[in-house]
Amino acid sequence: MTALKICAPGGFTTVQDRGRFGFQQMGVPVSGALDLSAFRLANLLVGNDDTCAGLEITVMGPKIEILKEMDIALTGAKMAMTLNDQPVEQWTSIRVRPKDILTISMVQQGCRAYLAVSGGIKVPRIMGSYATYVGGKIGGFMGRPLQQGDILETHDAALLKTPRLLPPEDIPEYPAQALIRVLWGPQDHYFDVDPPPLLGTPYMVTTKADRMGYRLQGSAVPIKKNMPKSIVSEPAMPGSIQIPPDGQPIILLVEQTVGGYAKIATVISTDLPRVAQTTPGDRVQFEKIDLESAHRLHREETQNFRRLKNLFG
Amino acid sequence: MMVSGLFEKAVYRLAGDTGFLVEFGEGIAPAINARVRAMTRALENKKPQGVREIIPTYRSILVIYDPGKTCPDTLFPVIEQLETSLKTLEPERARRVEIPVCYGGDFGPDMENVQKAHDLTSDQVIQLHSHPEYLIYMVGFTPGFPFLGGLDKRLFTPRLETPRMLVPEGSVGIANNQTGMYPIASPGGWQLIGRTPLKLFAPDRTAPFLYKAGDRIKFIPISEQQFSRIARQEEDR
Repeated sequence: MTALKICAPGGFTTVQDRGRFGFQQMGVPVSGALDLSAFRLANLLVGNDDTCAGLEITVMGPKIEILKEMDIALTGAKMAMTLNDQPVEQWTSIRVRPKDILTISMVQQGCRAYLAVSGGIKVPRIMGSYATYVGGKIGGFMGRPLQQGDILETHDAALLKTPRLLPPEDIPEYPAQALIRVLWGPQDHYFDVDPPPLLGTPYMVTTKADRMGYRLQGSAVPIKKNMPKSIVSEPAMPGSIQIPPDGQPIILLVEQTVGGYAKIATVISTDLPRVAQTTPGDRVQFEKIDLESAHRLHREETQNFRRLKNLFG
Repeated sequence: MMVSGLFEKAVYRLAGDTGFLVEFGEGIAPAINARVRAMTRALENKKPQGVREIIPTYRSILVIYDPGKTCPDTLFPVIEQLETSLKTLEPERARRVEIPVCYGGDFGPDMENVQKAHDLTSDQVIQLHSHPEYLIYMVGFTPGFPFLGGLDKRLFTPRLETPRMLVPEGSVGIANNQTGMYPIASPGGWQLIGRTPLKLFAPDRTAPFLYKAGDRIKFIPISEQQFSRIARQEEDR
């Protein structure tokens, strides 16, 4: 059943889910929500399970006409939102009805917001996922960002019996200077790591920052004199910090599979959302941790999500 | 026999908190890649708990895992154990995949460049290019893009000085010592010598791809009429 009519698409709005898994060996990147943490919370707030698709909204929000009664929730980047010109809150479920007009404005803090709707956006499942892979023109709504006039359907789902509100202390902040924790590797042996490069002064996010990767600007990271300037091309994990010949780091994200430059470090999975919430001009400060600490942070995040899930029964 | 660049024992490199590389050697060589293939098969059979994806590359395997279910301390010994048994593993029967290609003309706008660079006729280029069976070392860059080994030295041609904004889907090209095909239209600087009418990436089909790493590719020269006929069949599938 039709549920949303896009009156204005905003900056760059795509249908996303958790990602497309199992096809990276064929060169199909995972895609999916860049800030998985905010994305999962949006689904939780409208009573959806983890596999439902929602909208990833970048920098400027869309204007949407509601065509069906449902619950919605907006999480992630701070964006002012109105329902029929009345301000409404983020991080909470909102009941909307046909003919309502939802307007999401310019970002105030962070970069990407997530809109979840009861039942999730209904688009064809391509290779096991609803996620839009823009570069490959597959998944999501016709394999592309949303445009004016697009009409989206949702899966049928029960509405919430009581509204869901995220406890205020669980709402993340998205500071313009983000602390990003990394593990050395896979090619840290290409670099002089004593004293460690990358970890000194913060790097600025440049305007070349999208779902493929974030180009940063700051002190150059030089490759060891006896090492080649590139590596035999190989697949890269989201969060890999690749160093091209000019020494300026690039954080590879979810729409890239193969890279040909050495990767000095990799952003830990639980800090990828922080990268996703920085915008051009923001600064990132890298901090090196070890694998055990990274896995502890991963466990804590899983436990935290479980706690919130139990909160809503 | 010693193969240069092949490690005596695999080297492990962390790639964040959810993945690691198992590296078998330093460069691009069939012997190193054979080790990659064998370990990929061994891992796919073993299916260790918590492993989400096994991605073979030229000279390594990227293993992606769920840190809630396993960790390198658990997985490394399993892989080390598998490595000791690789030699007894039955050699893989390489699958041969035939790819029809219409060479030259509108489909191969850079055919003349390649001919001029090596003083060859168009028929000679076609013969040299369609003769070998190419090993697929790795698939990536874009969905279904094969990194092929085995191009005849007489066809090595540098990339275009100015890359094209859009290389049409199905294009077959040469870049230095590599040859490959573009499954989806994308920017690119390879010298285009032909095009296949086959859909190399068909996301709507149950089998979206025609080949995988470890398979062998054989190009079959076809005429423009054959190209149109196959292209129509592909549309109807």
